[in-house]
Amino acid sequence: MRVPLSWLAEYVDLAGDATPDSVMAELVKVGLEEEGSHRFAVTGPVVVGQVLEFTPEEQTNGKTIRWCQVRVAPEGSTAADGGADVRGIVCGASNFEVGDKVVVCLPGATLPGDFHIAARSTYGHISDGMMASARELELSDDHAGIIRLNQMGLDPKVGSDALELLHLDDSAAEVNVTPDRGYCFSIRGIAREFAHATGADFRDPKGNAVLNHGEGFSLTFDDQNPIRDRAGMQRMVLRSVMNIDPNLPTPPFMISRLKLAGMRSISLAVDITNYVMLELGQPTHAYDLDKLKGGITVRRAKQGETLKTLDGQVRKLDIEDLLICDDSGPIGLAGVMGGESTEVDSTTRNVLIESANFDPISIARSARRHKLTSEASKRFERGVDPMMADNAAARVVQLLEVHAKGEGNILGAEYKQLAQIDPIFLPTGYAESVVGIEFGADEEARILGEIGCVVATVDGGFEVIRPSWRPDITHKTDLVEEIARIGGYDRIPARLPVAPPGRGLTLNQKRRRQAITALVGSGHTEVLTYPFLSAVQNSWFAESADAPSVRLANAMQEDSAEMRKSILPGLIDAAKRNLSRGLVDLAIFEEGSVFTPSKKVSAGSALPLGNVRPDEDQLNTLYSEIPLQPKHLAVLLTGSRVPHQVGQKEVAANYQDAINSVLIVANSVAAELTIRQAHRAGFHPGRCAEFVSVDGSVIAVAGELNPALALENDLPRRVAVAEIDMTALYQAAPSSISAQPIGIMPAATQDLSLVVDRGVSAFELQQAIVEGAGDLLEHIALTDDYRGENVEPTKKSLTFALRFRAQDRTLTQVEASEARDAGVAQAAAKFGAVIRA
Amino acid sequence: MSGSNPISESAVATVVSTALASIAQAQDLAALKAVRQSTVGEQSEISQLNASLKSIDPEFKAAAGALIGKARGEINAAFAVREAELAAIEEQAKLAAETVDVTAVVTRVPFGARHPLSLLQDQISDVFIGMGWEIAEGPELEHEWFNFDALNFDADHPARAMQDTFFVEPVESHLVLRTHTSPVQVRSLLERDLPVYVLCPGRVFRTDELDATHTPVFHQVEGLAIDKGLTMADLRGTLEHFARIMFGEEAKIRLRPSFFPFTEPSAELDVWHPGAKGGARWVEWGGCGMVNPNVLLAAGIDPEVYQGFAFGMGIERTLMFRNDVRDMHDMVEADVRFSQQFGVNL
Repeated sequence: MRVPLSWLAEYVDLAGDATPDSVMAELVKVGLEEEGSHRFAVTGPVVVGQVLEFTPEEQTNGKTIRWCQVRVAPEGSTAADGGADVRGIVCGASNFEVGDKVVVCLPGATLPGDFHIAARSTYGHISDGMMASARELELSDDHAGIIRLNQMGLDPKVGSDALELLHLDDSAAEVNVTPDRGYCFSIRGIAREFAHATGADFRDPKGNAVLNHGEGFSLTFDDQNPIRDRAGMQRMVLRSVMNIDPNLPTPPFMISRLKLAGMRSISLAVDITNYVMLELGQPTHAYDLDKLKGGITVRRAKQGETLKTLDGQVRKLDIEDLLICDDSGPIGLAGVMGGESTEVDSTTRNVLIESANFDPISIARSARRHKLTSEASKRFERGVDPMMADNAAARVVQLLEVHAKGEGNILGAEYKQLAQIDPIFLPTGYAESVVGIEFGADEEARILGEIGCVVATVDGGFEVIRPSWRPDITHKTDLVEEIARIGGYDRIPARLPVAPPGRGLTLNQKRRRQAITALVGSGHTEVLTYPFLSAVQNSWFAESADAPSVRLANAMQEDSAEMRKSILPGLIDAAKRNLSRGLVDLAIFEEGSVFTPSKKVSAGSALPLGNVRPDEDQLNTLYSEIPLQPKHLAVLLTGSRVPHQVGQKEVAANYQDAINSVLIVANSVAAELTIRQAHRAGFHPGRCAEFVSVDGSVIAVAGELNPALALENDLPRRVAVAEIDMTALYQAAPSSISAQPIGIMPAATQDLSLVVDRGVSAFELQQAIVEGAGDLLEHIALTDDYRGENVEPTKKSLTFALRFRAQDRTLTQVEASEARDAGVAQAAAKFGAVIRA
Repeated sequence: MSGSNPISESAVATVVSTALASIAQAQDLAALKAVRQSTVGEQSEISQLNASLKSIDPEFKAAAGALIGKARGEINAAFAVREAELAAIEEQAKLAAETVDVTAVVTRVPFGARHPLSLLQDQISDVFIGMGWEIAEGPELEHEWFNFDALNFDADHPARAMQDTFFVEPVESHLVLRTHTSPVQVRSLLERDLPVYVLCPGRVFRTDELDATHTPVFHQVEGLAIDKGLTMADLRGTLEHFARIMFGEEAKIRLRPSFFPFTEPSAELDVWHPGAKGGARWVEWGGCGMVNPNVLLAAGIDPEVYQGFAFGMGIERTLMFRNDVRDMHDMVEADVRFSQQFGVNL
């Protein structure tokens, strides 16, 4: 809400040197956060001038300019810029006459857009200033000609300050109004809050006008389809004003205030309705009475009805839409926007003013449905003071009488069916028990009274009736907030509560940190990416083409409307960006949620109520309707794993690094996984490993990104990637480690080279050796994979380093050899392994 | 007694001095090894003298033997000393030759780095773990009931529309990307025994275009305490403690009246940031308030018995003013330089 200071000052005392900043500093104390200040961008010597004479001069470009002599100061005195009292000014407009009083921007003035006025040579003259149009001063869009002050009903002194005359010296404070405080979308509400903040007296603008008696106009309210059992309208006041002069201009103060408040000046009648809405918070609408056919009916729309709104759009109406109708049908979408057929225009003489109170929910739904947020709907959705309908109507009548020379007429009507406001019981001491400040009954009663409540002392506390403009106050805690906010949050003391003994991080929370720490310790860099992907990206690593995805209904971009099922596409994007910035050696990872619905997302069950605990069945239904979101961790490596450097050749990142990353993570949570050759979507068909837990679940996949996919994404051909299902990994990890005794007897070491078919898995071969060798084998490591001379072309020779140890004695070489041979025997039995000669 | 000892003291002394001279002359271990033969080897003079012992008069044998033994001891000792000397010299020369330029630093394992947004969440979690709180989590793709209804957002209230929510297709699925971490409050209250003191860090989503200060995907941390007798004083005390740990002993907090559907009274939270770039100042940090009774009712808790407070703040925003990050783009673009400038620190 933007608040012109001159307007605010009408209803609450404002210091003479008040600025938007000082006003905002007060308002923030009562919960209206500062948003900024607004001023007119016109400064410097801008004065009232009078056209003494002019000569039209046709130019070679076909344009006719006027060379004018303009008086800018009383005869014989110095003008505001220190110059002569009469100036020669070149003017392109031709809407003025000799004798007209105009707005002259003298040299030294600055106009919006940082446009500096100076005496300048143009069209063969020295133009010593500029005569301004309304648009040049940002007062309206009117650029048809210059401002003629006498046409605005003004007769100011020549040479006087035009900024003051047009109220361009006013400024506005803008504050953010939270959705519970609809009444603050008005000068009335802001002035009241300013009074709360400063202690100054508040003068309620509702007293500006009193409604005349009205009758004789037909008004019917017929709500056949109330929303959530609430009638669509509590109140409507109709009044007519006759014989307005449509040619009269909007007075400058009103234009200035509307402009500072963020609204455009349109026409006098419309400006007045907007002005009253800003002042009182009550939207009103003016109909051209002569265009109305019969009386007014307020009802819900019928199936298939349409309405052409003021913005020229034809809108298909919904049976929940509340309508204003006359005998011709719909003439307005209640509380949102009027219709075109009864619009006030430049010929309108007689108007009907509507000042109504519509149901917030009904208006909110209509505004959302038609994507039509108006100043009126914004206020109705948040709740308008139902007591203000008559005051607002009276004020519109009054302003039309004063400024449009209309005559308030008896023709009118009223519908009034106000909902009752129930009292709220506020127990003694409750406010203190919530806020921690000892307020005392007197202060509580005083504050509640100040905000407009009616407070009655009853047994054990107060019975409080909220003010009509505060529909947000429905519960005793709402009263407590008012007491605390006006009493001052600064008074709340600090006390540190003692929580019961906690259990620290959960096991999985610790595991997550261990995994991340281990990866970082081994040279991986954590990144974060958005979880939004295209359907194509989501398909890259999907094992099944018809695996369902979660799709957003209102994605920011159509090509990122799906929620990720894998973290890798995000890392591929990240790698692409880093590479484009010259960062070519990457070892990046991200841990986060993926979204893997087990079935296609469909309509859910009805929402349970908000303020009751759902029963177990309802809760289970809610939980079950939420798609699975396991935590994944993905790694991508490319470029050098170890860079070329002094005494060190480059080690290029390859699939082995990705496998290593998985093992680092698995080791960080002590999970024992077996590795096997695999074929997975998105991976190089010959360079892909799966990691499997003891129960056979696939926990992770690692290998080389399919080179085609890499190239398609402008990445190098060799990119190593891995993705781990952390949720599954945690399940596969032991919750604690049981220690093995540490043998201190001497160890016996042996090397073993076995020749097997190339298709045999090194991991499985090693497992066979371990099985066969038995308990004496303490450690085994693969040290070489040899293929070539002296080994058959279909075979490979794998060399293992073995370390044997007994717990209770020094092992002899003979015992060690026996154990090794048992391992070889198992390897031979399973894979036809033979010791390399 | 006839004659004299054929192995005279002077003869032995000569042998010793000759041997010592040649030991001293050896300039390296190889030369010393060669000298060893001529001084104590089988053909050496001292060995020959020793061999002659067996042919001399028994009456002199003992004295001569002692004489030779002493001489041999002297020679051996000199040999050992010289050997140690030469070994030390040679080792020194070897070390001198092995000198390298240690400033030519190499990378064995590249340095890794945390993303500061993820690290900051962990560090904030640790502050509250230290106070006995626990860390609660919930899904990012959330049911509307948890994200809105249970948090006292009426279906038709403007606050609900103001959340800039991402909806899942079809909209009737009632699934949304959570717009705040607050649904975890409700989950915690439904699932845990009272009293509840939990912190909920996590990722949240709003339909804001990415610019220097906004991102559609961001992170929040939310605190919730429900117990008997908690007041806004406990809220302020908790926030001040938290602020001091995050921003130093000078930090303090300020509450301003505000509105959130799930708290009543509600407040905006400013922190006095003593280390702010350009000088200490108040910074908008988050929102907080006393948990609205309707939220407690949604979790089946009697608000006449239990009450408490909640607070929440943006992790991005906190990182921005705490660590002087100027542009949101840096936090979301996954440029490794951003994480790497932090390493594992904040």
